[in-house]
Amino acid sequence: MQKRRKLGRGVAIIGAGMSKFGAFREKIQRDFFVEAFEEMVSSVDKGLDIKDIDALYLGNFSSDVFENQVHLGPIIADWIGLTPKPATRTEGACAASALAFREGVFAIASGFYDVVLVGGVEKMTSLSTERVTEALALATDMSYEGRVGFTFPGVFGATATAYMEKYGARPEHFMRVAIKNHRNARLNPKAQFNASILDIMNSRMERAKKKGEPVPTWKDEWDFLHDPQVNPVVAWPMRLYDCCPISDGASCMLLVAEEIAKDFTPNPIYVTGIGQGSGRPLHTKEALTYFEATRYAANEAYQMAGLKPEDIQIAEVHDCFTVAEICHIEDLGFFKPGEGYKAVEQGLTERTGPKPINTSGGLKCKGHPVGATGVAQLYEIWKQLRGEAQERQVPIKDLRIGAAHNLGGTGGTCTFNILERR
Amino acid sequence: MEERAFITASYEQFLNQGKLMGSRCKKCGALFLPPRPICINCFGSEMEWAQMKGKGKLIAFTCIAVGPPFMIQEGYSREHPYCVGVVELEEGVRIDSRIEGVDTTKPEAIKIGTPLTVEFLHRGEGEKSATFLAFKPL
Repeated sequence: MQKRRKLGRGVAIIGAGMSKFGAFREKIQRDFFVEAFEEMVSSVDKGLDIKDIDALYLGNFSSDVFENQVHLGPIIADWIGLTPKPATRTEGACAASALAFREGVFAIASGFYDVVLVGGVEKMTSLSTERVTEALALATDMSYEGRVGFTFPGVFGATATAYMEKYGARPEHFMRVAIKNHRNARLNPKAQFNASILDIMNSRMERAKKKGEPVPTWKDEWDFLHDPQVNPVVAWPMRLYDCCPISDGASCMLLVAEEIAKDFTPNPIYVTGIGQGSGRPLHTKEALTYFEATRYAANEAYQMAGLKPEDIQIAEVHDCFTVAEICHIEDLGFFKPGEGYKAVEQGLTERTGPKPINTSGGLKCKGHPVGATGVAQLYEIWKQLRGEAQERQVPIKDLRIGAAHNLGGTGGTCTFNILERR
Repeated sequence: MEERAFITASYEQFLNQGKLMGSRCKKCGALFLPPRPICINCFGSEMEWAQMKGKGKLIAFTCIAVGPPFMIQEGYSREHPYCVGVVELEEGVRIDSRIEGVDTTKPEAIKIGTPLTVEFLHRGEGEKSATFLAFKPL
């Protein structure tokens, strides 16, 4: 039994921003962060004096490898005018900024700071796909997993074969996650792939027609996804459309002590549950079909918030690969083990379904600039809880409770954070 | 049996000698592969080496088309993927391994539960030489 934990004092979110995610040749990390920061500042309903920010916690996986630049904390702090306030970089692979968020919460809960900026950034598209694959694989256990040639898609491919064997799922069940998340991303102007799979299919046919090339004859999105020319295997059974893209982008949010939250906005979003767990690599983890770190993190957050999985009305769930979303909606307790793929098939996780998952389009379609992802997921929940998600706003009456799950490495770091509107 | 430190380098040296070696806790008998210096079952730190028979079965796998540069150098590519997996040994422990002797262009035909036997792949020469753990169907 895990201990029930609580914060020394309450923490609220009073502003949030994210850059557009995608591939931007001319921009570097700080350019994305400025874009996210400016949106965050303008989102503070009653205005913000930037001088009131006490500190920055910045998630970043590996500007070291991607941009030949380490020590991003103070560089970003300088670029947005925060120096000499302290800036600290957190690293937890793809969960880097969820750790920044957690540190920010602790810093305020302890009473040390009142106003803390948390966020994350990554610029990944400066390297080739092979080099990015190599860089990401650094977050596997390089002595054992990486040593024999496991890549990130490979780890999740192996998870998928074990899951299919145990529960009878097929590759088409994973494809359904991609179809759903693309449909959601179509409504998200900040998403890297702002298009459904049908949109992509039709535009490819039109392009071929215009160029006078032979026009492919896909009947529907299933036909398209089964075409190895457009959807080749990356790491069986994960195909291209099962994998999140290589992305650039940044995200940030402003955390304040609960007692001063109303000074900034009449509509703060409260941090009511936070959880983090550690997991083990493939050869030594408890089982190949679930993530022990996610289960631990979820339990911690649920206990703290006094909530159960069924109380979570909407969630962003780490779908770096489609199989990951299926495993994690089980690990978070939304569905029983082995039932996640059926829930997706039945449409239960659609934006308009009873348990909307990844209304932003998820990592799969919104994009996954790894260091920015954790806070970008919380940004989506912030938007939805405030009713500001525009076209993709979920049709749930009295939407009050949302959560975000973020995973780093091969499940080495998992977080689950619950947000509430009061 | 062997006076070697329970570190990753020892595991690699044993692989180079054609031995798959784990560690066993002298206090509680728990077996670990790869070898660990601290027992995560009873937290004892008295270990002894234990040689694996090298027989097991495939419990998860993937065929990778986009590999890291060191695998590309070995000749693997989108047209010629390689297979890696998790092998559960007869001794009950698991290990990440390359899987040889399967048709990686037909991954749907590779079966979980396939009985496997160990193989040691020696690659490179001189200072750059390394041994990779592999398993192949019996």
